[in-house]
Amino acid sequence: MLKRLIPHPFLSLTLVFVWLALVNTFTLGNLLLGILFGIVIPMLTAPYWPDRPKIRHPLKMFEYVLVVLWDIVVANVQVAAIILFKRESSIHSQWIVVPLEVTSAEAITVLAGTITMTPGTVSAMLSADGGSILVHCLHTDDPDAVRDEIKNRYERRLKEIFP
Amino acid sequence: MNFVVELLIAISLVISGIFGLVGSYGLVKLKDSLQRLHAPTKATTLGVGGVLVASMIYFFAKTGSLSIHELLISVFLLLTAPITANFIAKTYLARHLKESDLPESQSSCGWSIYDEPPESRPGSSKA
Repeated sequence: MLKRLIPHPFLSLTLVFVWLALVNTFTLGNLLLGILFGIVIPMLTAPYWPDRPKIRHPLKMFEYVLVVLWDIVVANVQVAAIILFKRESSIHSQWIVVPLEVTSAEAITVLAGTITMTPGTVSAMLSADGGSILVHCLHTDDPDAVRDEIKNRYERRLKEIFP
Repeated sequence: MNFVVELLIAISLVISGIFGLVGSYGLVKLKDSLQRLHAPTKATTLGVGGVLVASMIYFFAKTGSLSIHELLISVFLLLTAPITANFIAKTYLARHLKESDLPESQSSCGWSIYDEPPESRPGSSKA
């Protein structure tokens, strides 16, 4: 019964929080309206969500978000330095192929988004079977090191979060 | 509003301005579309992030309550910016590059623009 009423508990929770954040004031009426949205919207959109993503360690997600936020700040400074101080001819852009170990669609999506948001790398394309990802790197002289960093820093953590 | 708060707001605004400027300068300086794609990902992270932090501090000092709109804006930006970048990159790849220009995929199939997914896994993840 509960499973039919709330097919995606995480989605419902997120919708309630986003609604409360959007109206920016916490009242009982807003909370009830948010809960109503949290129940109705997942029901209406259930056909588009055939599988429920499984999350093993919710706390590890906070660690992941913090690591990514910190990396965004550091990498911003590095890329700004490349743009400002490197001559055009000495910027070596390269393609990097990262073989993937994570298999779930959610994990790959989060990884691709992370790669793009940490400046200096943009994820361009997956291989047709989802087995590796093509990354464009703005400037590097050591493509293997960039690949290993992506695998060790982000993919290892994602493997723990998404089974 | 006391001096320290104003200083913090001013610092975050200046930081965001600098990164917005560098991001735009990168658009002019870098030479091909894929390199230019790196510049706007800067403006949306630290550039917009600085303005949002400044706004949060300002309204916290003025009204005393924490404003959550700014956090929502940054979450929505972090969710949507990679998708736009991915679309632009894929369009560029499809129009200007051949399969032979790219490195091997090191997996059983080729890159998804040029190669069909394997039959056995219908709807396998495509980003």
